[in-house]
Amino acid sequence: MSKEPAIELRGISKAFGPVQANKDISISVMPGTIHGIIGENGAGKSTLMSILYGFYKADAGEIFIAGKKTEIPDSQAAIGAGIGMVFQHFKLVQNFTVLENIILGAEDGALLRPSLAKARETLTDLAREYELNVDPDALIEEVGVGMQQRVEILKALYRQADILILDEPTGVLTPAEADQLFRILDRLRNEGKTIILITHKLREIMDITDTVSVMRRGEMTATVKTSETNPEELAELMVGRKVLLRVDKLPAQPGDKVLQVEDLRFIDSAGVERLKGINLDVRAGEILGIAGVAGNGQSELLEILGGYATATGRIRMNGRDLDLTGTESDGQSRRAAGIAHVPEDRQSEGLIMNFSAWENTVFGYHLDPAWQRGLFMDNAAIKAEAAEKMQRFDVRPANPKLAAKNFSGGNQQKIVLAREIERNPELLLVGQPTRGVDIGAIEFIHKQIVALRDAGKAILLVSVELEEILSLADRVVVMFDGQIMGERLAAETNEKELGLMMAGVSGDAA
Amino acid sequence: MDRMPAWADATLVPLISLFLAAVLSAIVIMAIGENPISAFMLMVDGTLMRSSGWGYMLYYATNFMFTGLAVAVAFHARLFNIGGEGQALLGGLGVALVCMYIPWPHWSLAIFGASVGAALFGAAWAYIPAVLQAKRGSHIVITTIMFNFIAAAVLNYVLVNVLRPKGAQEPATGFFPDATALPSFFDMFATEGSRLFRNSPANVTFFLALAACVAVWLLIWHTRLGYQIRAFGERESAAKYAGINPVRITVIAMLISGGLAGMMAVNTTMGEAERLILNATEGAGFIGIAVALMGRSHPFGIFLAALLFGFLYQGGAELALWTNIPRELIVVIQALVILFTGALDNMVRMPLERLFLILRRTS
Repeated sequence: MSKEPAIELRGISKAFGPVQANKDISISVMPGTIHGIIGENGAGKSTLMSILYGFYKADAGEIFIAGKKTEIPDSQAAIGAGIGMVFQHFKLVQNFTVLENIILGAEDGALLRPSLAKARETLTDLAREYELNVDPDALIEEVGVGMQQRVEILKALYRQADILILDEPTGVLTPAEADQLFRILDRLRNEGKTIILITHKLREIMDITDTVSVMRRGEMTATVKTSETNPEELAELMVGRKVLLRVDKLPAQPGDKVLQVEDLRFIDSAGVERLKGINLDVRAGEILGIAGVAGNGQSELLEILGGYATATGRIRMNGRDLDLTGTESDGQSRRAAGIAHVPEDRQSEGLIMNFSAWENTVFGYHLDPAWQRGLFMDNAAIKAEAAEKMQRFDVRPANPKLAAKNFSGGNQQKIVLAREIERNPELLLVGQPTRGVDIGAIEFIHKQIVALRDAGKAILLVSVELEEILSLADRVVVMFDGQIMGERLAAETNEKELGLMMAGVSGDAA
Repeated sequence: MDRMPAWADATLVPLISLFLAAVLSAIVIMAIGENPISAFMLMVDGTLMRSSGWGYMLYYATNFMFTGLAVAVAFHARLFNIGGEGQALLGGLGVALVCMYIPWPHWSLAIFGASVGAALFGAAWAYIPAVLQAKRGSHIVITTIMFNFIAAAVLNYVLVNVLRPKGAQEPATGFFPDATALPSFFDMFATEGSRLFRNSPANVTFFLALAACVAVWLLIWHTRLGYQIRAFGERESAAKYAGINPVRITVIAMLISGGLAGMMAVNTTMGEAERLILNATEGAGFIGIAVALMGRSHPFGIFLAALLFGFLYQGGAELALWTNIPRELIVVIQALVILFTGALDNMVRMPLERLFLILRRTS
């Protein structure tokens, strides 16, 4: 095997306006290895990979592939150079079959039949070689995310990629599916392929990579052998200071039942039953975590509790029934009942991105008489209060006049949290509290949630990050396909057990 | 991080768009065989250099302020109300009924009553498309356009068969009682010596339009309702999260929008014609769209844009009177302004943003 690196970047720089997204980045990855790139959101990982895949043109720097200087002006050139990319959000045509998706863009001529026949043959070979089992004739919309991802990998391999880039590949997978993916990656490595894995999960870096590069604010802060480092050191390199990876909290002191959900059912507009009889309750002073792979009904549960989807069944708040279908089933009456809600998607629900921060600090509570003066809204009072809230929740920059879209993900989330926690609710619904949030802010956000729990409030936490559920929640229920598979105390379970339930194994068996 | 200072976004972009529209218009005028510079001088002379020109310009601007505000309020809720024309026609009916069938002692009370009548009729005409949009998902652009035609037909029927005085040949109502006659600018500002605003239609409704600008500004940025309208317009999913009822906000925003469009009739029907005639709106409902686009849905911008279009309207009439340039050319210029300020907005904005970026980096 040659001693030439499979891929080498030298002095790559890229600026977007005044923002230096990549600054003099150099890495070299040897063939047959897995190289991890880790960094917080906005550290410049995606920009770097976009340059490598021909989406952006670097302002400066050179790319060498197998020792040869290569220009990559567009993705066709990247494919030609043997680079394959598996995006975080799959680029598959839903109503095409697996086979059709694989040849899409790589057809051999105007007629499809010969290409399909050739692809079928190649696919069988690839499947045997790398354990990439897929059903070539299944429609994409009918197969699970795990298989969709394998199709993406096959697409790259079909185009004879030697270098595979995977961007946050485990975001949508169950732990078991992630393990399977890692087995495939391991196999690919053994066959001499070069893999670049972009992730923000330290555990994945430790598990599978040979070398790892850490990015911070557009710069490559370190490149180390994975065997010679540890998660704490990597986290420190990412953030630039010491970080507490575990949530520091005392045992919960659960009180009375605040929220009781009985036989909750929900059918979506397409007629699919998304919730199939959910029963759960949350007590004062505890955090109930709902684990599960995205899309198993957690979002619908939050929407119903938050008052913007109708359902059948029964929801009681402090013993009082909530309206699930009528005029009283809106966000306003839920807030009046003492429910605050940090929604899963802060950009399309929790905040109005074009509103200033101060306007967002009353969003959902804009009808509160405290914010009115006669006929008008008391904008001066709202602004003053917003400035204080932003100080208390360490929102940076603490400028209430700035539009929400101009804050980083973590600071946007702090604005939402500040608004909801400061209402001192009986029950706080939290969806994906740290999605797209940098490690430094995660620590702060977790602390705030625990502090609210310690103040005797009930908290319902939905997260697809199992680590987050395990470290933050006191009690865990697992949702799969609109049902609850089982319940565990967070202190008495582990990722493996929960992972089984997330894959649909009932809690009694797991 | 904003790429461009707010003042540049609010002033430079529309001004450059306007300039580009003017250049293209000049080319069109040259193609007709006229001199664009003398045509422009003629427009200025017939509009800004004489007080009667001002009187016409402000009269038109009054119409455009109402219809522009109407479009803007709907815009804030991300609703495209193309139905200003029909709502204004119906507003005229409201004004006529109020003026003809209620014995008003004085114009100051009558203008209040007529405004309410105009707003109610305009709002009622916007209500049906609003409900269809909110509850049935029928696209408001389609329904409001259709309602323009229905409004024209309804008015035609009412004028020919119901309100036309016996024996009259024209499809129009009789003249309103004298007590409902609104003071014109000539009545208000002319002195023995000056004869300001003589023979021009501008009237006290202009101040009503200014008040409407202030009221809309207060509504949009200083009330709960305005907050909800803007939030709903920005992101419906977020509005639902916040407990803002989409159906309610859609209907309310359209009622306000229709009411404002309807109030335009106070100016045309009560202030100028003093009776209800066919096609009293003369397309002002559509020009409101351009005015709102150009004014960036802000009442102050709408005020300026309405003045500009008032100038174009009056100047266009002058052109038609003194040159071979047809009055329709103004429609072409309006279309160009809409094209540049609305559809091609980014064509101007993006180079400008780049320019500011370079300026900032070098400084």
